[in-house]
Amino acid sequence: MEVHRYEKIWIGISLLVIVGWIATVVFGAVGPGIAMVDDSGGQIADPSNPTESDAFRDPGVYQVGENEYEVYVLARQFAFQPGTSEPIRVPANSTVTFYVTSPDVTHGFEVVGTNVNTMVIPGQVAELTVEFDDPGRYGIVCNEYCGSAHHTMEGTIEVVEQDEVNGTEGDT
Amino acid sequence: MSGVVDATETETRTDRDRDESLATGVFLEAYPREAKVVRICFGVALAALGLIGVFGLVQALHRTGFYRGFVSSADYYTVLSAHGVLVAFVFTTFFVAGLFTWAVTLSLDRPLPHPRLTWTWLGMLSLGTVMAVSAVLGGLLDFVPMEADVLFTFYVPLEAHPVFYVGAALVIVGSWLAGASYFLAYREWREDNPGERIPLQTFMVLTTFLMWYLSSVGVAVEVVVFLIPWSLGIVPQVDPLLTRSLFWYFGHPVVYFWLLPAYLLWYTVLPKLAGGRLLSDPLARVVFVLFLLLSTPTGFHHQYLDPGIAEGFKFVAMTNTMFLLLPSLLTAFTVVASMGHGARQRGGSGRLGWLRALPWDDPAFSGLALAGLMFAAGGFSGMVNAGMNLNYLVHNTLWLPGHFHLTVGTATALSAMAIAYWLVPQLTGKRLRFHGLAVVQPYLWFVGMTLMSNAMHRGGLAGLPRRTAEPQYDQVSFEGVVGTVGEMQLQIAVGAVLLFVSLALFLTVIVGTWLGPRGGQLRVNGDIPEPLSGPESAPRVLDNLRLWFAIAVVLVVLAYALPLWDMVADGVFQPGTPPLSP
Repeated sequence: MEVHRYEKIWIGISLLVIVGWIATVVFGAVGPGIAMVDDSGGQIADPSNPTESDAFRDPGVYQVGENEYEVYVLARQFAFQPGTSEPIRVPANSTVTFYVTSPDVTHGFEVVGTNVNTMVIPGQVAELTVEFDDPGRYGIVCNEYCGSAHHTMEGTIEVVEQDEVNGTEGDT
Repeated sequence: MSGVVDATETETRTDRDRDESLATGVFLEAYPREAKVVRICFGVALAALGLIGVFGLVQALHRTGFYRGFVSSADYYTVLSAHGVLVAFVFTTFFVAGLFTWAVTLSLDRPLPHPRLTWTWLGMLSLGTVMAVSAVLGGLLDFVPMEADVLFTFYVPLEAHPVFYVGAALVIVGSWLAGASYFLAYREWREDNPGERIPLQTFMVLTTFLMWYLSSVGVAVEVVVFLIPWSLGIVPQVDPLLTRSLFWYFGHPVVYFWLLPAYLLWYTVLPKLAGGRLLSDPLARVVFVLFLLLSTPTGFHHQYLDPGIAEGFKFVAMTNTMFLLLPSLLTAFTVVASMGHGARQRGGSGRLGWLRALPWDDPAFSGLALAGLMFAAGGFSGMVNAGMNLNYLVHNTLWLPGHFHLTVGTATALSAMAIAYWLVPQLTGKRLRFHGLAVVQPYLWFVGMTLMSNAMHRGGLAGLPRRTAEPQYDQVSFEGVVGTVGEMQLQIAVGAVLLFVSLALFLTVIVGTWLGPRGGQLRVNGDIPEPLSGPESAPRVLDNLRLWFAIAVVLVVLAYALPLWDMVADGVFQPGTPPLSP
């Protein structure tokens, strides 16, 4: 089988692009430390009652260390709890781990303008760790179709100055 | 072989164009029954395309906010479901079935065996389509007591009427039987032609269908084992993660099921329309073998952001996906080189000057060429989707529909329209009418899609979600990296209007031709010249379909055995959810 010289060059370039592209992902993982959402958040045996599972706490913000917070979010038709009726408040310069699940259908959890983005699947807990450096306000949208009022499903995250957060907000 | 002429004949092709025997449409005369099958398939596909266009326009005007009077925002999702289901299951399947019936018949130079089998699969595809589509449209019509507002991905636990799932299953099984027709035709041909190389078009059809059998098992299991019993209340709950994983096991290869027909045309028809011939038959075979091997073990790249799946499995899928770029990049080379060859046969010269020598006023040529060009752009945006870490930025944003309107929405759809200009006359024996409209149509599609798709990509980078009736929120604002959201919405709406007009022109030409009188000289002929480098120089192992299929199965087992085991180890229906209405 004869392959033209130009085509050989083209195949060479193509393979370089492919390997290079894979290399960028490897670099993203080991350099800036971009981890994929995976199975670390655990499972919920009875998806309609997440809070009865050991893998999920009552929705809310919990301080778990100096500048470290855990936020448990329920995404449901058609609100984030917390997030929709009251904003998720975390301090600036903190490391926040989100645990997100759904008691009903599949949802999305996208913090607009950032790369914080995950699917929310009933029975699974999505775990995402995020660094919030500066104070500001971020919108959350559900980016997976979840029913007839899907387009109304939104929320907010408020990243506030350190002294504006008063301890644990859990069980709210 | 009627479809292929040898090299000496090719030089007198211009004379043969004027030959009266060709002017009446060879395919129709040689294979009247197959021509009828292809006509029916194309008829359904093009009718579906018309509906897809109407729904697409409604969606574009609704979600950009320019006009929301057609449907309520709740019914938007019914329209969106109809648009997606018609594309994913109806237009594409019927187009593939029709085109492959033509390609197998022509390249084997024999009719399909077992007419009853042919009518059976055509009947199953049609019945499945009627069931699935009426279940979806029931959401808009009060007198139809069914709903299926679940989009074409039908993620559990959103529930559709059981008729929807049964219809989808019938379409899948019908497509399997269509493949059986092609394989049986090949087997008969092989008995008469031992030791010969598989004709190229048939080779492409068979490898595509082997890939399709391997991959569509996923959705068949999802629908038949899980969703039908679940929607009928026989099974109380199913696992959302397992079912969506089965869906995406099929959900990536299915896009190659839609694209490979376009590849078949780019390899075997486009070079001829450009005035030349395919450069290399062996490389075309290599490309299709690579698609058979690599299309399926990639589905997890649609689930990069799914919880419950370990990162390693996602990485394996990403690596396979990246290597799947290779056959597309090889195709890009061959297509451009074959067009260059054709242009030089037509007297073109110079570094870029040869482009002027191409028949840009032949809508079959311009449609296929522009479809290929847009597919290249779609390939690059697909590379971004496939990069695991970049995927965080674009996942479920408007970037995604921007991407697949270049792929299935142009590479497949515009190729289908272009080939209709060439094939419908040969299938009906009628000269193409409204030729002037046909000449303009592919360019209008290209401009409309350029406007709509570039804006969708940029909207995605700004964070605008896909699958949303009203992408505007009280608490959330979107900032474009390039351009403003208002300008993007305008481009999307204007682009969609141009696409709709383009589609209307296309349907006018085809329906006008179809209803028009027979006779007169056709502008096209069905000859396909032999490639410059023929199959005799291709290693024989390329034709060993059993070997390639076996390797494809092994790759699938490697990519899927462990993650699927993880999902079912705790119980096939665990963690499970009951049906919930949208």
